[in-house]
Amino acid sequence: MSLWEYANPKKFMALSGRLLPWIVALTVLSLGIGIIWGFFFTPDDYKQGSTVKIIYIHVPAASAAINAWAVMLVASLIWIVRRHHVSALVAKAAAPVGLTFTLIALITGALWGQPMWGTWWAWDPRLTSFLIFALFYMGYIALWEAVENPDTAADLTGVLCIVGSVFALLSRYAVNFWNQGLHQGASLSLDAKENVSDVFWLPLVVCIIGFELLFLALVLIRTRSEIRLRRAQALAARERLA
Amino acid sequence: MELLVKDLAVQRGGLTVLEGVSFSLAAGQALVLRGANGIGKTTLLRTIAGLQPKAAGELNVPPETLAYASHADGLKATLSVQENLRFWASVYGTDLVEDALQAMNLTALRNRWAGSLSAGQKRRLGLARLMVSGRAIWLLDEPTVSLDAASVALFAGVVQGHLAQGGAALMATHIDLGLAQAETLDLTPYRATAATIRRTDAFQEAFL
Amino acid sequence: MSALLFRDLRLAFRAGGGFGLGLAFFLLVAVLVPLGVGPEPTTLAKIAPGILWVGALLACLLSLDRIFALDFEDGSLDLLATSPLPMEGAVAVKALAHWLVTGLPLTLLAPVLGLLLNLPAESYLWLILSLLAGTPALSMIGAFGAALTVGIKRGGLLLSLLVLPLYVPTLIFGAEVIKRGASGADAVTPLALLVAITAVSGALLPFAAAAAIRVNLR
Repeated sequence: MSLWEYANPKKFMALSGRLLPWIVALTVLSLGIGIIWGFFFTPDDYKQGSTVKIIYIHVPAASAAINAWAVMLVASLIWIVRRHHVSALVAKAAAPVGLTFTLIALITGALWGQPMWGTWWAWDPRLTSFLIFALFYMGYIALWEAVENPDTAADLTGVLCIVGSVFALLSRYAVNFWNQGLHQGASLSLDAKENVSDVFWLPLVVCIIGFELLFLALVLIRTRSEIRLRRAQALAARERLA
Repeated sequence: MELLVKDLAVQRGGLTVLEGVSFSLAAGQALVLRGANGIGKTTLLRTIAGLQPKAAGELNVPPETLAYASHADGLKATLSVQENLRFWASVYGTDLVEDALQAMNLTALRNRWAGSLSAGQKRRLGLARLMVSGRAIWLLDEPTVSLDAASVALFAGVVQGHLAQGGAALMATHIDLGLAQAETLDLTPYRATAATIRRTDAFQEAFL
Repeated sequence: MSALLFRDLRLAFRAGGGFGLGLAFFLLVAVLVPLGVGPEPTTLAKIAPGILWVGALLACLLSLDRIFALDFEDGSLDLLATSPLPMEGAVAVKALAHWLVTGLPLTLLAPVLGLLLNLPAESYLWLILSLLAGTPALSMIGAFGAALTVGIKRGGLLLSLLVLPLYVPTLIFGAEVIKRGASGADAVTPLALLVAITAVSGALLPFAAAAAIRVNLR
């Protein structure tokens, strides 16, 4: 049996219905542990004090936002190449979730930036890139909303997602070129000098896993309701003909 | 040069409207499509023209033999009659502008802006565009809308001449053009039912 | 192909073709900004490259929906799609026609507006070069956006929302060329990147735009 079997809405509904409770439980568990651990059982930073703790929301949200776009891109490619209905709906379902994570990353970034840099907003390359990223999300969602025929909408947004991905990468590069900036380097990398210390690092990893699971759960729920909506429309269309 | 349609199903807005349509059209033949409003005549013509993908069945026709004329004439209001036709002549790589102007009785109007023409004159220009294409199979969607009796006769003569030269025409129209060679295909029996949709409409059906 | 180019140019210059509207808009931006910012020459000189690029970009945006919407409404897009012209070529030619009636005149007008904004003398060459290299990309990316929204009624606002984020790299490199050129820094790198964006957009976006049009005509 091939993996593509699950691109059939019925099979997808059955499988996702069985998995969803577990994913939700794991999400609650990992987010609960990660955030409580991070907020209450880690020391304050010697420079930043307790404001550093916003990292447990900010970094996971930012990484989930980028992963959401990656999911949209892969789902769009699958739709365009193999025309599996569920993949188009996954792309549609992922977009508002991705936009929300992008906005969470921007807002927590502003809250963190105010005490640290003395300003709510700076035209720092990372912040600017994320703001532009939010605009890409808005355009993508608006195109889904504007086109009536679901098939047409899936095709057009798929093309937009592919072209938009190229331009989003290009914008990231252009923004770096334009301004070097205040933002610290990567919080998590294999290069030990850049890394935050272990006491912060472990709960952060748990939080990131929690956010990714949250993303997965939300996308599954949204995809399932999109499928139900399509089913209702298909039934109504059949009713009209009968 | 032959148009062959076998068991064709066509979709409008993701829903199958016609199913099991079969006919063939050879050189010198004309076929008139009939059926109530909304049955899918336009959809069928657009599918044959290659603007829409077919839902099922066979459609055999070399695309370089087709010329399609839709409800809209595709005229540019701020170009003259002659400029409109010359544009399409160079797109299709023909030099039939003068012939077409004469055949559709537009010679006197050649320098008028297309925007200043009456509805019937515009329609005549739209049909002249079809002649300019030099293509063998004409796909015509309601070609006689807004034409007066004299223009309908003129147009019938043009189609007659096209058929005599080995062309063919597939048209959706309610008016009898009085073409001797024309056969009629009533689309009513091919209307898709819920049962046929179940077989052909994979997209919607996948959700049921 | 050339027939389509000449038809689009002719339509643009005839009554109601909208030629000149973009230029007038560009002029208005250059007049309104000093009124809002104040007449201080050093301030104006500092923001002039950015204002000129943003003005050119918005002026270009103004006429984007005409690229395909008019042909869609009067049915010629259907006829073009069934004609022997490949849709990819038609898209590229229409983007070229759009550039010839907006981007190119904007590039020629920009130095005059530079005077209004007190642009430093050493910036003019870079201003013209950057607009010449970057505005074709604006037309091509815009044609892609117009192709996506061609079937949507009153899609103008949506078109802006789709196209503006795609304009970001072009805008950044374009304004950067002028800023660096004026200060004697390395302006060739952003200029080369700008040329690269234009070249890649021109080579690849016609395919994406043609696909979008075919979907919209279905």
